Amino acid sequence: MSALMLLLIDDEPQVRRFLRSSLPPVEYKLLEADTGERGLATASAQRSDVILLDLGLPDLDGVEVTRRLREWTATPIIILSARGQDQDKVAALDAGADDYLTKPFSLPELLARIRVAARHASERGDKQDAVFEVGDLRIDRAARVVTLGGEEVRLTPIEYKLLTALARRAGHVLTYQQLLKEVWGPRSLTHKQYLHVYMGHLRGKLEHDPAKPRFLVTEPGVGYRLKGE
Amino acid sequence: MSQARADPDELLHHALEDERRRSRGKLVIFFGAAPGVGKTYAMLEAARAERDLRRDVVLGIVETHGRYETGALVIGLELLPRRRVEHRGVTIDEFDLDAALARKPGLILVDELAHTNAPGSRHAKRWQDVEELRDAGIDVYSTLNVQHVESLNDVVAQVTGVVVRETVPDRVLEEATEVRLIDLPPDELLERMTDGKVYLPEKAERAVENFFRKGNLIALRELALRSTAERVDAQMRTYRTAHGITRVWATTERVLVCVGPSPSSARLLRAARRMAASLHAPCIAAYVETPAALRMSDADRRRLAENLRLAELLGFEAVTLQGERAAEETVRYARSHNVTKIVLGKPTHSRWRNLVSTSFLEDIVRSSGEIDVYVISGDEGPARAAGPRRRPRTRPLAYAAAVGASIASTGVAWFFFGRRQLADVVMVYLLGIILVSLRFGYGPSICAAVVSVLLLDFFFVPPYLSFSVTDFQHVVMFAVMFVVAVVISNLTQRVRVQAEAARQREQRTGTLYSMSRELAATRATRNLAHVALDHVHDVFDARVTLALEGRDGRLENIAAGEAAYVPDEKEQGVIEWTWSRDKPAGLGTDTLPSARGLYLPLRGAQGRVGVLGVIPADPRRLQDNEQRALLDVFAQQIATALERARLGEEAQQAHVEVEAERLRSSLLSSVSHDLRTPLSVITGSASALVESDAVLDPAARRELARTIEEEAQRLNRLVRNLLDMTRLSAGAVHITKEWQPIEGVIGAALGRLEDALDGRTVTTNVPADLPLVPIDGVLVEQLLINLLENAIKYTPAGSPIDVSARHEPGAMILEVADRGPGVPPDAAKKIFEKFYRLPREGQGGGAGLGLAICSAIAEAHGGRIWVDARDEGGSVFRVELPITGTPPPPAPEEAP
Repeated sequence: MSALMLLLIDDEPQVRRFLRSSLPPVEYKLLEADTGERGLATASAQRSDVILLDLGLPDLDGVEVTRRLREWTATPIIILSARGQDQDKVAALDAGADDYLTKPFSLPELLARIRVAARHASERGDKQDAVFEVGDLRIDRAARVVTLGGEEVRLTPIEYKLLTALARRAGHVLTYQQLLKEVWGPRSLTHKQYLHVYMGHLRGKLEHDPAKPRFLVTEPGVGYRLKGE
Repeated sequence: MSQARADPDELLHHALEDERRRSRGKLVIFFGAAPGVGKTYAMLEAARAERDLRRDVVLGIVETHGRYETGALVIGLELLPRRRVEHRGVTIDEFDLDAALARKPGLILVDELAHTNAPGSRHAKRWQDVEELRDAGIDVYSTLNVQHVESLNDVVAQVTGVVVRETVPDRVLEEATEVRLIDLPPDELLERMTDGKVYLPEKAERAVENFFRKGNLIALRELALRSTAERVDAQMRTYRTAHGITRVWATTERVLVCVGPSPSSARLLRAARRMAASLHAPCIAAYVETPAALRMSDADRRRLAENLRLAELLGFEAVTLQGERAAEETVRYARSHNVTKIVLGKPTHSRWRNLVSTSFLEDIVRSSGEIDVYVISGDEGPARAAGPRRRPRTRPLAYAAAVGASIASTGVAWFFFGRRQLADVVMVYLLGIILVSLRFGYGPSICAAVVSVLLLDFFFVPPYLSFSVTDFQHVVMFAVMFVVAVVISNLTQRVRVQAEAARQREQRTGTLYSMSRELAATRATRNLAHVALDHVHDVFDARVTLALEGRDGRLENIAAGEAAYVPDEKEQGVIEWTWSRDKPAGLGTDTLPSARGLYLPLRGAQGRVGVLGVIPADPRRLQDNEQRALLDVFAQQIATALERARLGEEAQQAHVEVEAERLRSSLLSSVSHDLRTPLSVITGSASALVESDAVLDPAARRELARTIEEEAQRLNRLVRNLLDMTRLSAGAVHITKEWQPIEGVIGAALGRLEDALDGRTVTTNVPADLPLVPIDGVLVEQLLINLLENAIKYTPAGSPIDVSARHEPGAMILEVADRGPGVPPDAAKKIFEKFYRLPREGQGGGAGLGLAICSAIAEAHGGRIWVDARDEGGSVFRVELPITGTPPPPAPEEAP
């Protein structure tokens, strides 16, 4: 497997230096940009596998950069946000970013997210696997059957739709908007409560202890995530 | 009374006066005896001289009356455009006050100070425009003829036979910075007149010709010269006083004039004013409201109000006294206010009345003691109601009842006593008369007396059934009976009137009291306004509004309650004027009288508070002096209450600021300490790694790196808490509640602390059937994280933590329980305060913000947080989150 090409768009030299010196050099290669414009230019000039985008850029705001990147590339984007930028974070995710990390973060955390993002990117082009498995949860899309520890779990159509939507992007956070759009269609975008209710049902059916979820994780204020590994 | 030193009050008065004069614009009056003496000419010349000195001179309004010489002087001076006013189809050019204020020249020329403005102007009189110009700091030149001076008005009328209606209060003249007398001998003036150099309005030509007789002109010239001389004299005195020249101390004279509703009171007032002016004495106009005055006719009431207004215009302090006996009350007031001279009018009633009761004049003279009494032809005195008295409405019925009562007495007397016991019969009649007088008042009782005497004569006195009387003894009996009846009627009448007066006073006091009491029980400004408006509405039958000074110093309209109205643009203008000038305006005043409402400035002890607006259902109502006075008292009460509320709010604000300041300082000290500690550890460890890389073995290196990581995390927590606290207390975080299952939030919080919780047993107890709760997921997650972090930080490593949620009626209870050392009972409340930390050794605590944030979040949800001790040791933090409102409808199961 060749090294992953990362593009880091961040105006803080310290953050860039930290990544430059701590990324395992064999597995990762790093491109750097200190402004949004330069980041966009670099992204179009050189192929990158994952883009790490800081929200607080001096020239363009991160949401705008995401939008412009998404106009022509499907490269996974991971948002690096500070606390207090929750609105922007969700906006960036809605605009097409794949995941986010709140600063300060640790290196293992970052690497895990990068791996998830890269894997999905490589899968995206291919046909999706008919079967999705994580832990003892198994979703057989072809047969429309969900089993937990080998036993079949009966799901309503909505619950099944919700679960498959999360499974398709397992490991990534999906915002409320994205989930609502996918499960209920574009007209129900304001009914976040539906989502909370059905996630509650789904948890009740899939989790042993809903307060310590193994699969279905709440990201308060952002959305939900199905643990991917 | 020789005082050796200057009275400090007086000196203070001078100082204040000086101060006021300095900031006000100067007023120079070009003063003359008659039209045509050359006032306008002199004024223009003076203005040109000023302009040559590079002053900013503007012609506000100048009438050249087509005179060539005067017209020539106008050339080259800036002319202010005039305001065109349409009035009854006639276009009138008026002085444009607003334009002048906007232009704000250094000096403005405003001719004819006594001019009456066209209806619809802001002020009724031009001298008021000039006052406003002066208040704005603009110097004014103006002209005035002696016949327009208020206190000389009647003298001029007497001398010349021409009544001048346009007058200027003496005060204006006295307050002028300078009065320049423009003098022209009468012969020369007459010569100019024949030369056609004096402007004569065509309509009034005859009257004016009368006016310009030589004798008149001499008299007028004398008046002008004299009043100028008096003014110079006054200046001299002021100068002496101000410079402490004590030899000729102005005697501290004080003049009190008794006014009543009589038309001649006006003359009395002017005479008293002249006298006071020559004595340089302050003067008071007093009206005594006796019980008898309550019977005053409407016409009298109106005249009395006019007289009191005139008194104020003349510069009197107008007071209304209340008392049983006018003379007594007047003298008492005079004594208590150091009055040295009382002025009153000559009695006008006939002498025989003195036989019945002593006159007001006599009473005053007898009781006045050392106070001088001046009697001037004109008015008899206060409270003597001229004109028809107010008639009771049930008049015809009352008289019928009086006749009926007499007839009934006749029947009773006939039945019981017959014709023999005449004395008893008379008693029965008297009883009837007393009853009538008690029930129906004076007139009917006199009527009953007359009818009774006639009936007595007809039925009981021989010759019977005839009105003729043979015995002289019987005539005396009739007379005695009649007099007794009248006296009794008088007495009962007086009792009735006093009771009525007491009732009215009671009512006035009562309404005022009820408002005061309610105001005293109200705190917030807005509620106060509501209470005040409701009361004014009830008492005065008026629609009301209130404008209060807002935080930025601008007026805010508060129209609270049903009776309130929102002023339109025009009324708003009156409000603004009242506010900026601190004077009443609008309906019934001299300023903007065409407004629909009357506007009173609200003044508290420390300054102005706002403006009260009143639109009475019946506009005449507020012309009644008594009602107006009552309204003033209401306004005063409201102002005081509003000021109290405002001071209260300011004190509250100050308290909050002090608290904020205290927090800021403890934040600074806490932050500087808590930020520095981890920073210094990080810096130290990192520098050790950089500098001594070669000598460090891998274990030591790892140890240093771990230290850096731990301290950085601590720093991160601290900064996060500080940010959260700041945002929460600055209100920057608005909470967005969504109905959601609580277990998701608990799961998220536990997930976030996965690493920190390593090695701990965390038990969760979250029943599956919990309802949804309306919460802000992000904030409640933060709350749980803070509680869990505290549990991790303050309890022994490896000890278990229990997290649970349960449903109670109307609320969700979250619990985070630990097996740590517990919280001392006396600190159970304090730990939720900002920057409070338990005095524990060793623990690298935070800034004491974590629990304060929890508390703020719980409160933002309308809930609360508290800590309890666990029976088996350790503590449990409980959070109550209310479940209010309706949960969302169940979602459609089938995808649309």
